[in-house]
Amino acid sequence: MKDTLRKLCEAYGPSGNEGQVRDLIRSEIEGLADSVRVDALGNLIAVKGSGGHRVMLAAHMDEIGVIITHIDENGFLRFAPVGGVWTLGLSGRRVAFADGTIGAIGLEKLDDRDRVPAMAKFYIDIGASKKDEVHLKVGDMAVMTRPFVTNGGRWIGKAMDNRAGCAVLIETMRRLKAPKHEVAFVFTTQEEVGLRGATTSAFGLDPEIAVAVDVTGTGDTPKAAPMAVSLGEGAAIKVRDGGMLAHLGVKDLLVQRAEENGIAYQLEVLEGGTTDGRAIQTSRAGVPTGVVSVPTRYIHSPSEMIDERDAEACASLLVVLLENDITL
Amino acid sequence: MMDIGFLKTLSEARGVSGNEGEVRDHLARTLRGVVDELITDTIGNLIAVRRGTGESPLRVMVAAHMDEVGLMITAADANGYLRFQPVGGIDARVLPAKRVLVGKDAVPGIIGVKPVHLTEPSERRNVLKVDQLYIDIGAKSKDEALGIAPLGEFATFDTPFQYLQGASIEGDEPRGRISGKCFDDRAGCFILHNLLQKQYPFDLYGVFTVQEEVGLRGARVAAFGIDPDLAFVLEGTVCDDSPKEDDVSPTTTLGLGAAISIADASVIADRRLVDLLIETATEEGIPYQIKQPMVGGTDAGAIHLQREGIPSVPVAVPSRYLHSPESVIDLLDLQHTIRLVGAALERLPAVWGSRGGVA
Repeated sequence: MKDTLRKLCEAYGPSGNEGQVRDLIRSEIEGLADSVRVDALGNLIAVKGSGGHRVMLAAHMDEIGVIITHIDENGFLRFAPVGGVWTLGLSGRRVAFADGTIGAIGLEKLDDRDRVPAMAKFYIDIGASKKDEVHLKVGDMAVMTRPFVTNGGRWIGKAMDNRAGCAVLIETMRRLKAPKHEVAFVFTTQEEVGLRGATTSAFGLDPEIAVAVDVTGTGDTPKAAPMAVSLGEGAAIKVRDGGMLAHLGVKDLLVQRAEENGIAYQLEVLEGGTTDGRAIQTSRAGVPTGVVSVPTRYIHSPSEMIDERDAEACASLLVVLLENDITL
Repeated sequence: MMDIGFLKTLSEARGVSGNEGEVRDHLARTLRGVVDELITDTIGNLIAVRRGTGESPLRVMVAAHMDEVGLMITAADANGYLRFQPVGGIDARVLPAKRVLVGKDAVPGIIGVKPVHLTEPSERRNVLKVDQLYIDIGAKSKDEALGIAPLGEFATFDTPFQYLQGASIEGDEPRGRISGKCFDDRAGCFILHNLLQKQYPFDLYGVFTVQEEVGLRGARVAAFGIDPDLAFVLEGTVCDDSPKEDDVSPTTTLGLGAAISIADASVIADRRLVDLLIETATEEGIPYQIKQPMVGGTDAGAIHLQREGIPSVPVAVPSRYLHSPESVIDLLDLQHTIRLVGAALERLPAVWGSRGGVA
């Protein structure tokens, strides 16, 4: 899973611009699915197996980023966030555009160093000295750039949210020998700007049960907000988050399968934030939906950290879910 | 040739969200006999279907919203003053001392304000909250006020349409600028009305939507019902080209042409449709500008999420002083937007055929 995740994390894919990630995933899953298609909003849908229930698994391909809103006379680029970008720590970061252009984020002179400045105070410097030298255009998006690194079983990278989920889905496809169900592996678009790809793909697939796979926070760092999820303690099975209450039947089934198979798991209660699960759950007449999460530190920073064992546990859990009967 | 008289009619028509009947009537009256079908759906959207030549199987939706921001009467006091709340996004700073028209009978009213003689300097530095404001329709008692304007009645700004200096529409070359009420989005309605005068290779679903200003509500159900292959959304959009000290984005600039959205708060526009518009503008020599990303939202936000996803793009006429009693647009921007969307629609079958589905 490490090599796949390294490639995925280092790829460029802000919301609405998931093409490079989609191509990468398409090549990683070649030969693993019965059919592969792309829908109108860019979701990559790979279907494997037949009979049983129509199951939808969703992991979003997009990552947070920034979008150019203005290019000034001196060639500096002003930007707006795409998804939940934290202003704290923007200064000095590097961003990468679709064509590989790297920019440094600079900050205007501050009147008050003790307060976090507004996003409008920051700009991107690509080294141009005047507007004419900028080949980029208003509307072009960039992502934070940072190499994927490993410290033993702890993996650090940008866009673990949610390339970790994508890697879990790919690993599940690789290990899944005999699914008892018709499983749609959906790599969704535009989650970070409002669960948009999941909204339309869930409508199209009309699943009978769904599991979203995404990252979740942890409470195991110094003076963290209290949360009973820790790195390395196993797959997180969601009970609730800021946008959904997981379907009790799906949650209980995930717990049951984890216990039967000795897969490490922890229950997750997340106070803020949500996942594609919310959009899928309320699609059409409602879909029983659960979420399997990869515990992740420093979410929405360029140094998101996961534990290899947790990601492996997530994949193991999904495999046993799909290779057995599903009764809610 | 643009019939600016009809834009005046649309601008002066009154249609706060949920009360779009008058605007719809003007549109339906003038489209009868022009389009093949004219349907008002359950929520009040006016759907004008112009059947195509049959050359293309596409179903194309073009939407513009009929509703405008305004006020709703919420209470009356013993002295006959009407209290109100805004419908849609209105900055309380623009309200005091404005003329309004209340209810279907357009009863004149004034949003009252304390004279300068009676205000303390500190009061004059504060913005009055909506809760502190009231409409004076000349009534002397609560019963009289509520008899004229019962609770839930709507009120609009009273803004006559006018040509600003140098504006004219002689011959085929419009010139100059006009001011009036709610070019957001009567300008879009006007453009769609123009586009419907022609037949295209595909069936065109012109949708004049309701309740955009309160949450893209009409567009949501219209798009679900029509289930088009793709959609264009026509708007009067934010223009902020007033003088500034800093080198910052004007969002859009009056007179620089049709404003194409790449992304706003409600939608990331379909890149193929953005490219189609840019290519069309470039090759046909039609002025265009890219709207500052992530500002505002449009019906495209609701449309693109319907069913299995509907590729959508907003195109707009820059409009100064949006959501205030007055707005100003440039007649050339209006003409350029009509030409741009019209030409893009002509090119659509070839382009969409070869690029259909995301590669």
